[in-house]
Amino acid sequence: MRNDSADQPIPAGTTAPDVRLPVGPDRMTSLVDLRGRPVVLVFYPADWSPVCGDQLALYNELFDEFQRFNAHIVGVSVDGIWCHQAFADARRLRFPLLADFEPKGQVAQRYGVYREADGTSERALFVLDAGGTVRWSDVSPIGVNPGADGILRALESLPAERSRP
Amino acid sequence: MNDDTSPHLEPPVSARDHAAGPDSAPVTLVEYGDYECPYCGRAYPIVKAIQKRIGSRLRFVFRNFPITTSHPHAQHAAEAAEAAARQGRFWEMHDALFEHQRALDDRHLLEYAASIGLDAGPFEHDLTHHAFAPRVREDVMSGARSGVNGTPTFFINGRRHDEAWDVDTLLRALTSGSPREVLR
Repeated sequence: MRNDSADQPIPAGTTAPDVRLPVGPDRMTSLVDLRGRPVVLVFYPADWSPVCGDQLALYNELFDEFQRFNAHIVGVSVDGIWCHQAFADARRLRFPLLADFEPKGQVAQRYGVYREADGTSERALFVLDAGGTVRWSDVSPIGVNPGADGILRALESLPAERSRP
Repeated sequence: MNDDTSPHLEPPVSARDHAAGPDSAPVTLVEYGDYECPYCGRAYPIVKAIQKRIGSRLRFVFRNFPITTSHPHAQHAAEAAEAAARQGRFWEMHDALFEHQRALDDRHLLEYAASIGLDAGPFEHDLTHHAFAPRVREDVMSGARSGVNGTPTFFINGRRHDEAWDVDTLLRALTSGSPREVLR
């Protein structure tokens, strides 16, 4: 399933590469800014495609639960900010979508989850602890919605003192 | 999907659940569903057909998994089914909701309650006060932890069913463990 991916996702235990990406027309977000709380990083291939929609709708539904773990959740795809904005409005998403648009897919590449042939990222999840270290990751077959059980288990197993600063 | 790695239902079916069919049935089918979800609407007659075919050797359990941002009436519909359950009419409401998926606003919910013979006062009170919102939330959380990734998601004897859910595929999956016992 992962043969067409050039790289392997960066493993648990490594410091997550910082990313600084537009999160709207005039706003940037960086992972370093999010430190102090766990982060769920959701790479998905594209806005609007059916599986992504369901996957993000599910996380939207569980937003309060992620909050209970004091965690940020952010989506990342190669779509541009205007596309993200229309998609987030249509789905009433409660978490930000980052645009890995220019240079295209650079962040996905740094996380080892870029699909060169398709020009999109893998469907990949990373859970970072409050210190910015990758604690868990998962790459699903591109057409399979990975659900939330892996994320919730990963958040649960984070050391309590680091997830509640 | 590899069966050994399929997610497991957590918590298992218990007296808390709404079950059609005997506790002693050799096969238990659990659905996590959303009353406003068109796919769940499509699954509704399929489950009915399966129940008819397998009869009392099947126990069917329904748990709520409303995707509220996509389906504005789904949460209240789920609460309505739970409010009906308080009056012993869960399945009657469940059926009414799936048979009228496009008319799930509160006015219609009250209409269905009347049509299945619910006591209007307590039903309306439960609905208005969101008496069963916490229970619906518990279902959603149990689904999220059990690997529900959309609706409908089925579990057969506690294991997530990752194949298609047309009648033939579901029947095959339900009877593969013990076909003789299940299908006479």
